[in-house]
Amino acid sequence: MKPLLLKNVHVVDPVAGRNGRFDILVENGVVARVGRDLPADSARVVELPAGCVVTPGLIDIHVHLREPGQEHKETIATGTQSAVAGGFTAVACMPNTDPINDSAAVTQFILKRAADVGVARVYPIGAVSIGQKGEQLAEIGDLRNAGCVAITDDGRPVSTSLLMRRALEYASMFGIPVIDHCEDPSLKEGGSAHEGKVAAMLGIKGIPNAAESIWVERDISIAEMTDGHIHIAHMSARQSLRAVRAGKDRGIKVTAEVTPHHFVLTDEALRSGGGYDTNTKMNPPLREAADRDAMIEGLRDGSIDVIATDHAPHHADEKALEFDRAPFGIVGLETAVPLCFDRLVHAGVIGLPRLIELLSANPARVLGLPGGTIREGEAADLTILSPDTPVTIEARSLRSKSKNTPFDGWTLKGAVAATIVGGRTAYVNESILKGWADVGENRK
Amino acid sequence: MSTAATALRSRHLLGIEHLERDEIDLILDTALAMKEVGSRHIKKVPTLRGRTVVNLFFEASTRTRMSFELAEKRLSADTLGMTTTGSSVTKGETLTDTARTIEAMAPDLIVMRHASSGAPHQLAKICRAGIINAGDGTHEHPTQALLDAFTMRERKARLQGLRVAIVGDLEHSRVLRSNVFLLTKVGASVVVCGPPTLRPVGIAEMGVEVTSSIDRAVEGADVVMMLRVQHERMKGLFLPSMREYFTLFGLTPERMRRAAPDAIVMHPGPMNRGVEIDSEVADGPWSVILDQVANGLAVRMAVLYLLAGEEG
Repeated sequence: MKPLLLKNVHVVDPVAGRNGRFDILVENGVVARVGRDLPADSARVVELPAGCVVTPGLIDIHVHLREPGQEHKETIATGTQSAVAGGFTAVACMPNTDPINDSAAVTQFILKRAADVGVARVYPIGAVSIGQKGEQLAEIGDLRNAGCVAITDDGRPVSTSLLMRRALEYASMFGIPVIDHCEDPSLKEGGSAHEGKVAAMLGIKGIPNAAESIWVERDISIAEMTDGHIHIAHMSARQSLRAVRAGKDRGIKVTAEVTPHHFVLTDEALRSGGGYDTNTKMNPPLREAADRDAMIEGLRDGSIDVIATDHAPHHADEKALEFDRAPFGIVGLETAVPLCFDRLVHAGVIGLPRLIELLSANPARVLGLPGGTIREGEAADLTILSPDTPVTIEARSLRSKSKNTPFDGWTLKGAVAATIVGGRTAYVNESILKGWADVGENRK
Repeated sequence: MSTAATALRSRHLLGIEHLERDEIDLILDTALAMKEVGSRHIKKVPTLRGRTVVNLFFEASTRTRMSFELAEKRLSADTLGMTTTGSSVTKGETLTDTARTIEAMAPDLIVMRHASSGAPHQLAKICRAGIINAGDGTHEHPTQALLDAFTMRERKARLQGLRVAIVGDLEHSRVLRSNVFLLTKVGASVVVCGPPTLRPVGIAEMGVEVTSSIDRAVEGADVVMMLRVQHERMKGLFLPSMREYFTLFGLTPERMRRAAPDAIVMHPGPMNRGVEIDSEVADGPWSVILDQVANGLAVRMAVLYLLAGEEG
């Protein structure tokens, strides 16, 4: 493969402290050199259109790839295609497949499929408990050896305080975090929307903020006791953020992620377009404006570590059910970058370096993954972004197998121009990078 | 009023929330004419001859279904009914498929009752037929609120400025929500009363006063509307016992004495005597409960006529 020299391109890499013009030489799938005025030698020299930015590959640490077992919703092939179209060079996939990823055999299957058909890197996350039943610890050492990067019972909360204690203690041996879907099942009690005015008007059973924040506080207390690393998945309530901030202030190993839909939408979305659109039903639910604003503030002030999508594909037939019976969740991989640019960067909340921390550096740090920065000698996982290019989201054009998004028809500013995984072009937007196809001869 | 509506703006009646005030007046005025039909020797008019109305009841209903069926017959519509308990999904069919099946019979109107809030709204997005919501989950029951308003207007000659107390299980009541939307639109003053365990968070933001004291709610009320408390609510963590519920929230003659002298008592039925209402009140001089049933027929005829009676 001919070396590739990205010439005098705008690089934003907060870990390396870079935010300016550099050359990047990619050779044999790795970053051979980063510097200024690198010699071209035999490399193919590529310059980028004005406005494009090269960043470390984006990493989404909360994705449901649905394979094995729910291939009608998504597969490892379609899910990773969706990832690279969204600018993500790597995803961590949740264990609530069928069978559950609670054994090395399932982990190995996922990694084998990813190696065979995946176009992005796939990092499996194992189950905390066998069958995610919340009773007995899964063989976490085995899962770790097979390639799992964290454990979670996502889709469900880690069922008891004792199980959380044991999971944090046990996982600390392997240096991997426990990720929790924080929700008190008795307070959730069949709810399907945020408890508040909108749910009251629509006659939908509510899920109060406290259903989440009680669990976050529990987990932080147990992390303090065990000195384990707890990562709070898809945080939505302002009271949870308060608990995370307090935990960080006390030096407890707590990290947290928020999804784009929780910092963009509120429960008012349930009333729009005739109401009861099941693509506005997710868990945790879209909260009220005060919560949405708190999440934005947490992203700005550093108390939230990661933006993750909770990409949750569901078949159209499943989403065509009554609101209270339809499954929770939306797809998110291909809408994240435009939403982040439009609502965070262009809105003046954060700068581009902070966005790259949230989408690349911190996801890598939280799960201990390679990447998150552009470093000589490491895999050339790069994302090329075009912050000022407008994008109109079309559900039917998504590469994900499922089209369940509430953002259909939205026009946002900020696009993915190309996604490079291990030096190969995994995705290119030809309307931004004209002629890139010549460079992309090595596309997988 | 020169701006008064002469037709409804939507081809559906999904709820009160999105009705304009002049549309409410139009329905109530039309119902007055329909009520007159019921006093004739031959209680039938040819208004909906050749029109097809499907009564699609996904949830058990006696009085609402009978009321709609009779209203349809009095307007000479062709009707067919489909009653099934539970959701379409329990039959292995999506709501969309159910809708398409019904649509294939080309009805003009679908009268729909469903246990899930929003189910008629979801169908309305994909159906050509007009949809009348006959009660969706814990969301709305628009024809109930309209017949309640008709009854109040009949007894009180006005709606604006009335003091209306609504007492009972607020959380699970579609009658409550539709009445709150309607009464706040027409300028009545509404106080809602129920135990905090059966009161939706956010109800105060819907423009009503909220209290846990029935005595305070009834004080000076022109209308006291009681909501049914289902027996199954006594089993969970909502309420300790029926006995205690009646002690705290039951409508007794003593409590009615706090209301305005000519106050009326309403109930959407079916009543739990001795749970939310004392028989002496239910059968007493305040009660307009049977008027509500009779007026329901007139109001439903009006709605059917306004949605299907004209070429549209």
